[in-house]
Parts: sequence; structure tokens; C-alpha cells
Amino acid sequence: MSNPTNLKYAASHEWVRAEADGTITVGITQHAQELLGDMVFVEAPTVGRKLKAKEECAVVESVKAAADVYAPVAGEVIAANSELDSSPEAINSDPYGAWIFKMKPDNAADVAAMMDAAAYQTHVDSEAH
Amino acid sequence: MSLKQTPLNAAHRAMGAKMVDFGGWDMPVNYGSQIDEHHQVRNDCGMFDVCHMRVVDAKGAGVRAFLRYLLANNADKITLPGKALYSAMLRPEGGVIDDLIIYFMTEEWFRIVVNAGTADKDIAWMKQQAVAHAPGLTITSRDDLAMVAIQGPNARAKVWQVLPQTKAATEGLVNFQAADCGTYYIARTGYTGEDGFEVMLPKTQVEAFWYALNKVGVPPIGLGARDTLRLEAGMNLYGQDMDETINPLEAGMAWTVDLKSERDFIGKAALLANPPARKLVGLVLLDRGVLRGHQKVVTRQGEGEITSGTFSPTLEKSIALARVPNAVQIGDTVQVVIRDKMLAAQVVKYPFARNGKGLL
Repeated sequence: MSNPTNLKYAASHEWVRAEADGTITVGITQHAQELLGDMVFVEAPTVGRKLKAKEECAVVESVKAAADVYAPVAGEVIAANSELDSSPEAINSDPYGAWIFKMKPDNAADVAAMMDAAAYQTHVDSEAH
Repeated sequence: MSLKQTPLNAAHRAMGAKMVDFGGWDMPVNYGSQIDEHHQVRNDCGMFDVCHMRVVDAKGAGVRAFLRYLLANNADKITLPGKALYSAMLRPEGGVIDDLIIYFMTEEWFRIVVNAGTADKDIAWMKQQAVAHAPGLTITSRDDLAMVAIQGPNARAKVWQVLPQTKAATEGLVNFQAADCGTYYIARTGYTGEDGFEVMLPKTQVEAFWYALNKVGVPPIGLGARDTLRLEAGMNLYGQDMDETINPLEAGMAWTVDLKSERDFIGKAALLANPPARKLVGLVLLDRGVLRGHQKVVTRQGEGEITSGTFSPTLEKSIALARVPNAVQIGDTVQVVIRDKMLAAQVVKYPFARNGKGLL
């Protein structure tokens, strides 16, 4: 699966979709879910929480391991995907559909400055070596 | 340092395995979904590459007496050819050097199967003890042998499909018994809580055997599912649930430590002098989350620690083995510290699942 070109990416393997209303939707990438394997638990951040960029804010756990999810930019959490409580495996089957949380960024330019799909792929390839 | 490879390495890659560094070995963690592989073994059967484990042959006059002294379980319990016995091998101070299985071959030959990560130190220890206590013995690492575990309710039937010539000798085997079938040494043992065989055979033939099993519908299973299967079955993992610093009586191994007979064995005096203060119990997480090794357990009787934790695909809950103070009772509710939270877990009897079914 290639990384959708309409998304932005963080080095810590989150994807970000900039919505028309200025908010962003956040999930973890295909590469991240593949590294972790079968997902069994997602702990999303509390709505209303103010996050700094790169702050640990959610946890995804597979059978194998727990991994932190980081805030891609500074801002406030405005929604958490409660469907993942009962079906965390959606992250495996549809990583770019199974969003984890939504934020209102403090600064839209922070989102624009994130990696695009090609830059992220280069980053993933470099981590493999 | 380059990783060690089993003779099935190329087969794993050809079958789409995701490979990981497992204690210095390049091993398959899964071939797709670890949870699917887990259910496959509980409900049907699957095969595991366990070539990294080591077969050791101890031969010579007096080998039984030597093992009687070397091991915490009593080698005298096995007297029929092929009978197997699970035992700890202890330090004089009582800590666990390894857990292993011995097979009675003849009065002058016992076979020992040890863990991969401990094999070299085990053999060194055995040789050192043999020099002191049974100088006529030979301890030989059988590096020419490979091992495959086929596990699940349909495992034996699948092995017989591939090796029909071994059926007569192996269909009467009870649990923890093996048959010498010439090229193949076939034991009704395993590490999953399911029926099945562990087959030892020449390294040169293992790849053909692996593909032949696959051809009759036995899929490969990775180390990921091996861990969830063994944990559900309540089986210890060396290095995690016990090691050289742990008293076996504090690791749920009392059933394998023979303190009743008169015989002396290495570690016995230390065990008698240091009665266990803690015990291994099962935990089931009541809150949402996943129990993991090294998480702290808070009980009314004091603190404990999770030794192995995971998500149980059979129970669809998180389960763990934990070492806690002796006074903790089955049915108690305890707290587990997970990141910045205290989550509730119930103390339960393990195994958690065996023979296709959850036991809670």
C-alpha cells in the first residue's frame, strides 16, 4: 500500500489529514501498523486536552507491543475515535481510514510544514537501513 | 554481529515471514496475522520452527545417577524408553539455569532438549558437573539435528499423512512420551497447550519435511503466536518468568521440583533453606489495556511484578503471569501500574486456555 498523497506525515509515523474547516485528523501509517502487528487496544487522548508538538498523547497496543502516538503539531484535541475501543483491528485493515483523534492546530503553517508522502517514504526507507 | 539462522530461514522468507532478532537468531515473528495464527493452532494445527532449540545427548554408564543429581526433577520417574520429563536445572544457590525436557532412551543414554538462548551455558554447566561427578559421561550437542513442532488438534493426523511409516510407532504415545522412528524422533510434547508432536530429524531433511507438512495444509506459525499460546497454556518462558536469580518455587515450578525423595540434587539445600515468599499467579485485566512484563502489581499484601503479559486471543482479554506475595489469594483484585494509571486485575488460577478452550 502506498501512502496517500493528500496526507501529511510525521517522522514518528502519524498521518495527518487537513480538513476544510482548519482542523486535522490523525492516525498511524500503514508502515507503523505493519511494524506493530495485530492491534488490540487504543487509548486516545481526552477531548479538550492541549498538546504540544511531539507530545505523547495516545497509545496503540498490538499483541506484541505498545507504542506511543505523538501530537503531530501543537493544538487542542477536539475528538477521539471511540469506535476503536471495540475494533482496534480497524487500524490494521484500514490504517488511513481508522483515525485516532482530531485536533484544532494552533498554527496552520505547522501542518503545511510536515512531510508529504514522498518525503515520508524516503524517511521510512532510511529507517530500514 | 550477524544473526544465526536455522535451516528453515529461506523457507520462512519464501512463505512471507516477518523476521525478527530473537536472542541472536533470525526468526519468523509472524507470516501475516499473529492472532489468526494463534486461532489456527487452537482450532486446527500449525507448525513451528524450533530448530534454534538444542538437542543434547548424555551418554555413558551412570547417566541416570548423574541426572538425578543434576536436575531438580527426579530422573527416576522415567523408566520406559521414550518417556519424557520436564525439569529445572538449578544453580547451587537455587536459581534456575534453564528449564528443559529429558527423554529416557536407554539406561546409558538420555536425550535433553534445552532452550536456544541458554544452550551454550547449559552444556558448559553439564560438562563441568560431569567432570566432577560422572567423568565417564559424554555430553554431545546434536548440532546435526533440527526440530519442528506441529501443534493443534489435527497436528498428529497431519504428521501421519506426511510420515505414514511412523504412525504405528507414534499413535499409542501418551503425553510426554516419544518414539524413536529411525530418522525421526517423535515426541508428544509441545509449548502451546494443544495436542501435537515435536519432531527431531536430521538438519539436512528439515526443509523438505517443512514443505511436505505445508503441502498437506499445515501453515507455519511465528514466534508471536507461540508466545500467546504458551502464556494462555500457563507455560513459563525462560528469561522472563524465571532465570538464575529466581527460586523455581517462586516461578510456579513446585510441581517439577522433587523435594520429597531422599536424593540430593544441585540447589536442593538452598531451596530447603529459603522457603518461597512469593508465588506465580495468573492475572486477568478487568479494565481496558494490555498487561506486559515488568509492570508493577500492587496488592494489599505488598508489591509484585508481571513476568509475562499479553493479549489473549482465545479469551479476548489481557492476561499475565505475575510474581506476588504468598498471601495473595485466587479471586483477589489487585492493581497494575500501566504507564500513569492503576488498572484493576483479578488473580486467577492458570492455565488460561488449553485444548481449544478458555478455562476461566
